[in-house]
Amino acid sequence: MSSTKQTQSLEEVTIRFAGDSGDGMQLTGTQFTNTTALLGNDLSTFPDYPAEIRAPQGTLFGVSGFQIHFGSTEIHTPGDQCDVLVAMNAAALKVNLNTLIDGGAIIVNTDGFSDKNLKLAGYAQSPLRDGSLDKYRLYEVDITKLTSLALQDLNLSSKLVDRSKNFFALGMMFWMYNRPIEPTVDWIYEKFKNKPDIKEANTRVLKAGWNYGETTEIFKVRYEVGPAKLTPGKYRNITGNQATAWGLMAAAKKAKLELFLGTYPITPASDILHELSIYKSFGVKTFQAEDEIAGITSAIGAAFGGALATTTTSGPGVALKSEAMGLAVMVELPVVIVNVQRGGPSTGLPTKTEQADLLQAVYGRNGEAPIPVVAAATPGDCFYAAVEASRIALKYMTPVILLTDGYLANGSEPWLIPSMSALPDIGVPFRTEKEGFLPYLRDEKTLSRPWAIPGTPGLEHRIGGLEKAHLTGNISYDPKNHEFMVRLRDEKIERIAHDIPDAVVEGAASGDLLVVGWGGTYGAIKSAVTKVQSRGLKVSQMHLKHLNPMPKNVETVFKSFKHILVPELNLGQLLKILRSKYLVPAVGLDKIQGLPFRSVEIEAKIEELLKGGK
Amino acid sequence: MSTRVNEILTTAASFEMPKYSSKDFSSDQDVRWCPGCGDYSILAQTQRVMPELGIPRHKTVFVSGIGCSSRFPYYMETYGFHGIHGRATAIASGLKVARPDLSVWVVTGDGDGMSIGGNHFIHLLRRNIDVKVLLFNNQIYGLTKGQYSPTSEQGKVTKSTPQGSLDYPFNPAALALGASATFVARTLDRDPKHMQMVLKRAAEHKGTSFVELYQNCNVFNDGAFFQFTEKDTKDDSLVLIEHGKPLVFGKEKDRGIKLDGFTPTVVSLKDGQHSVNDLLVHNERDTTLSFILADMTYKASLPRPVGIFLSVERPTYEDLMTAQIEHARAKRGEGDMDKLLNSGDTWVIS
Ligand code: SF4
Repeated sequence: MSSTKQTQSLEEVTIRFAGDSGDGMQLTGTQFTNTTALLGNDLSTFPDYPAEIRAPQGTLFGVSGFQIHFGSTEIHTPGDQCDVLVAMNAAALKVNLNTLIDGGAIIVNTDGFSDKNLKLAGYAQSPLRDGSLDKYRLYEVDITKLTSLALQDLNLSSKLVDRSKNFFALGMMFWMYNRPIEPTVDWIYEKFKNKPDIKEANTRVLKAGWNYGETTEIFKVRYEVGPAKLTPGKYRNITGNQATAWGLMAAAKKAKLELFLGTYPITPASDILHELSIYKSFGVKTFQAEDEIAGITSAIGAAFGGALATTTTSGPGVALKSEAMGLAVMVELPVVIVNVQRGGPSTGLPTKTEQADLLQAVYGRNGEAPIPVVAAATPGDCFYAAVEASRIALKYMTPVILLTDGYLANGSEPWLIPSMSALPDIGVPFRTEKEGFLPYLRDEKTLSRPWAIPGTPGLEHRIGGLEKAHLTGNISYDPKNHEFMVRLRDEKIERIAHDIPDAVVEGAASGDLLVVGWGGTYGAIKSAVTKVQSRGLKVSQMHLKHLNPMPKNVETVFKSFKHILVPELNLGQLLKILRSKYLVPAVGLDKIQGLPFRSVEIEAKIEELLKGGK
Repeated sequence: MSTRVNEILTTAASFEMPKYSSKDFSSDQDVRWCPGCGDYSILAQTQRVMPELGIPRHKTVFVSGIGCSSRFPYYMETYGFHGIHGRATAIASGLKVARPDLSVWVVTGDGDGMSIGGNHFIHLLRRNIDVKVLLFNNQIYGLTKGQYSPTSEQGKVTKSTPQGSLDYPFNPAALALGASATFVARTLDRDPKHMQMVLKRAAEHKGTSFVELYQNCNVFNDGAFFQFTEKDTKDDSLVLIEHGKPLVFGKEKDRGIKLDGFTPTVVSLKDGQHSVNDLLVHNERDTTLSFILADMTYKASLPRPVGIFLSVERPTYEDLMTAQIEHARAKRGEGDMDKLLNSGDTWVIS
């Protein structure tokens, strides 16, 4: 479809779709994202939904939002604030208004501002009438009514009609930002191919929304956002959880092992289980266990049998698994433990993001139980982090923790599709030679023990959680042996530092300030650092992907900067580790709101530090 | 799919199984149970039965949790995994699902299996994963030195219950049946022949086999089962349940169990009122009957039932999973990772 209205060009835009959790805002956002990706924009998304599946309609706590930041330049975050807010009801407006920039656009569904809606949202009078929105550009559209008009002759239930209204909003936004509706039409056709009336309704309403933008006088301009200059190649959109699932599958393929997932459903990790359960034809075995403990212990059993074994969970699940993680350390079997972090402690904020499980990952077990820790930096990076975690687990015969978070898990970005042949082959230390076999014999270089799987004649042996005698693996209570084995297991993990890449410094190799981060804060830090660099400040960024052990160059890098800043979504957990390990006077920037950093928050801290300490 | 595991299995396929004796299943480790412990007999009977199963040692795995019984795998010259408290059933589940070709056994106790591991236990049974569970029931915590267990009788005085325990005990056989087990049996440490028969049947069963073994802990709960194992008392206190046979017991074989509605009652075969023809005939394929028999367990007026309560067929979890995988491969072909990565909406930036 082409348009007749005036078009204005923009470099980047942030849009937030908000409505009731039953309004289909996540779907609307995902469709807008996929089409935007197809146009070659760089983008980043942030779904923000309530913990309740269907919270009571119209309430503040039932508001579900989806934010997308896209542009013709490099995009690193879902946007600090939005330029456009689509609010399907009064509660959605109230909850999200603080995310809108001054002068931003609000598109409201007026039908969602009935007296009842206003009351539920806690408005004494309608914000559409009382002048409180004067500093914004307000567009009032009766989306509900227009939707039912478009479907008048179809004789659909009012429930079905109501469910289609998100497509009207989507159609309008497609028009406003000059995006084709065809990819979504194709998607509707595929998704509802067996439900002809839903297919027809959604398609019609989508078109009606587009036409509404085009034909009515309400919108004067539309916007154009050109493609971004991304690395050439073939792209797709990917969420963090999908990338994690595929990374594990790719690793299994590279190692020529079966992938076994033992897990228990938990927000926000369940989508990894959903994703992996699809791929039976890849030989992936998913075992939905009776609890978190059975999730990991079944994985340990599968690892004993020679599978690439993994368990996926979030912080509360890791707490339950920690005894079994110690067992995996003791029996030295490879298991990848994925923690999609969420707000804690306890049940905390299940659908919100946080980075407060780092100390749990590095230290949270009884006894001296070192476990390598790998963290993903972006949604697409979850794929490579999963491959890397698997590689370390298999090569060093050890459990490995992979940390992602709710923000990465559900967020998405355009992803340069890798080819399997470009990924490193993963060797597996299966032992078949009977001569000289001992269960706890060590590889000289890696210190890993042989993996002798049941079914191998002549290598019958017993392992377990009691302390092992060096080499034979027999039970041993000998004090000297215990200390020796504790140190040996520790040394094995420390040696991994020789087998991981140096941490990358983005920006000059020395300067006034180094911003050190880990995990899902990469994008926000990157945006902030890029901005202050452009203002001439001598600031660089180092984002750690290996948190245990850390890359060998970290200490040297620290020496090249006057100040070190560590922004984290916790009370300074990496900060604690860095201070104790390297004795550096690093300072932290902590945020614990269940929300990602805004890059301006990091920017402000950088400015403050450099003003004070130059 | 050719995996590294398959490569090992293909090579091992040429392995010629020797004629094993029970000694071949005994490892070089010193057995460390207290002298006189009932565990010795169970180990001996297991080692005796193993050579008769036709399964090579390297295809057999014993998995255990924590407790006296859980030392068992160290003494077996097979693959073995001494896990953590209560989780042997879950470890074994993962192992068997990943490797359906293996013969997987779990050794657990009344504390390990019924208390801390109770959840995994019931879920293993309902899934019917082909794992053989041997529960050594000594009605006490031995390893932690004598606290009451979930199968201890109510009122039991122990270190942790000086005034007698308040808990009502689990009846493991009934619990297993309630969890939809397909094979449920009970046997005794002091009846080697019966135990061997039960172990063999458990091994032959396709699906989860649950065997409760009454085991004497002569240090902390000596004599807990003597009523059922010692010469003077056993014939009057115990009834052997055998498929297709009437339930007769007593030193003189002079009493039997008759069903009065759904209620088992003891009748005399000597008073002229009842004959063998009136007695309940065991059918191990009858799930309803299995509940009735298991329920006799703690009834003082009834003899303790010992034998195979139930043996029925139901598809195993791992077979169903293999079928799903094969079906998917037949329909879509072997999964191709590059294809997957490139699937769905993609676009090219040049
Ligand atoms: S404490 Fe009891 S159960 Fe444990 S080894 Fe000694 S006698 Fe056997």
